[in-house]
Amino acid sequence: MLSLLGVGVVLLGLALRRNPILVVTAAALVTGLAGGLDLVATLRALGKAFNESRYISVAFLILPVIGLLERAGLQARAQTLVSRLSRVTVGGMLTGYLAARQLSAAAGLLSLGGQATMVRPLLAPMVEAEEIARHGPQDSARRILIRAHAAAVDNIGAFFGEDIFIALGSVLMIQAVLAQNHVQVQPLRVALWAIPTAVIAFTVHAARLRRLDRRLAAGAPR
Amino acid sequence: MIGVGFAYGAAGAGLAVVAVFSALDRDNRKRWNNAGFWGLFALSFLAGDWLGDLGNGFLVLALVVVGGMGGLGRSAPATTSDEERLASASRWGDRLFLPVLIIPLTTIAGALLLKGVKLGGAPLVDPGQVTVISLAAGVLIALTVAMAMLRPPLAAAPQEARRLLDSVGWAAILPQLLAALGAVFTLAGVGHAVGELLGGWLPAPGPLAAVALYCVGMAAFTMIMGNAFAAFPVLTAGVGAPLIVARFGGDPAVMGSIGMVAGYCGTLMTPMAAHNIVPTALLGLPPGAVIRVQAPTALIVLLANIALMYFLAFRH
Repeated sequence: MLSLLGVGVVLLGLALRRNPILVVTAAALVTGLAGGLDLVATLRALGKAFNESRYISVAFLILPVIGLLERAGLQARAQTLVSRLSRVTVGGMLTGYLAARQLSAAAGLLSLGGQATMVRPLLAPMVEAEEIARHGPQDSARRILIRAHAAAVDNIGAFFGEDIFIALGSVLMIQAVLAQNHVQVQPLRVALWAIPTAVIAFTVHAARLRRLDRRLAAGAPR
Repeated sequence: MIGVGFAYGAAGAGLAVVAVFSALDRDNRKRWNNAGFWGLFALSFLAGDWLGDLGNGFLVLALVVVGGMGGLGRSAPATTSDEERLASASRWGDRLFLPVLIIPLTTIAGALLLKGVKLGGAPLVDPGQVTVISLAAGVLIALTVAMAMLRPPLAAAPQEARRLLDSVGWAAILPQLLAALGAVFTLAGVGHAVGELLGGWLPAPGPLAAVALYCVGMAAFTMIMGNAFAAFPVLTAGVGAPLIVARFGGDPAVMGSIGMVAGYCGTLMTPMAAHNIVPTALLGLPPGAVIRVQAPTALIVLLANIALMYFLAFRH
């Protein structure tokens, strides 16, 4: 039962916003000691598992390629494409962005979107302008609702797209944690089983965005 | 046989170059921390198999001390200006996406096709690590194509990699460290302890109860900690591996995949996550505005994940 102390260390440390790598290392040491290992044995276990899990970090190999392309205007090009989203309705534009974000994240292009690179400079102003053109000047409750929706599609698209890409940290992380629990899985199958959730998340959120359009047309929020 | 050492060699060499460029960067006040951190990470990739378990343990401690206590500086290597990027973007157009798309295509093709290939009776590629090896091969092809296409200065690739790595900072080792925490949990019997604890108030949890516990636990722990990756080793050692896989025979690939996205449902609902803090600040929103919009989708998808995991993991 004492071995659960380490779980408490992780929960408390991260909830108190201590540096995560310090918290995780402290939790590993506490777990080992409380679970009856001595300090050297705990350190050995930690070092062995860190070494065996190096394949997770092979995902960073992609960075020089991304960097070279960013240097050549990759994000500028993505912004041009987003600015061409057909000006249908607020919900329609956000649905188009959601689809693009999910698909590009699934292809490993997570860095194309983002709150600072895409939502703040481009998507949020675009949907606000569309809303003003459609329903006239906004009050602040409406502006907050629309901006929050712009931020939300970026998060939802990224989260429910990235796990489909087999070579991203998250899939390799799932493989590594399962391996440390003596369970072997193929990354390709882990990525494959992320697809049903991705489809459901898109369907659910697209339906909510259609409802947002109806609410905006009806004058909500008051 | 091509083993995973090929990918580790590439990663280690790349990190070593980044460490050298970091040491030479006089504009970074913490340049020795950056050089030390990326240098130690390079050492892990290049020499991890020769350091021994205790040596690797001390390597982890050193990485954590330099990254977590000393802290890394954010470098700003010379790169192109916004105007140059715009001009280049309009020159290349959508062709800019091509090099990076080579990577997933090569990885998937390699993972599917290389597995059974034999050369003189021995497998050409280590079948256990074919994905990571294909990924490394895909990156090298993509890098060659990008260099040939864009003709940047030779130092551009390592310098751009350094810019991106420094923006990730100490968090670069977090997923690997969390996997290692999972190993210590297993060794210390955390799963067993959680099982005993649950046995107290859940007399006979069936597969559906175990799946619901795992998914809701992932979301709840993620909400408290602000990080689904941190929740994953805890819940997998405590509930997923001992109950869903070992006791009820569930498919571990389904469990891991859907369990992680159940955690992401928690990320969408927590003020602890940078994903919600950053847009709230950037867009000048009141606290909670982004989470309120995301929560209904997150809750519906969480319920859907419980159903999906139950039906897909036990589909036989």
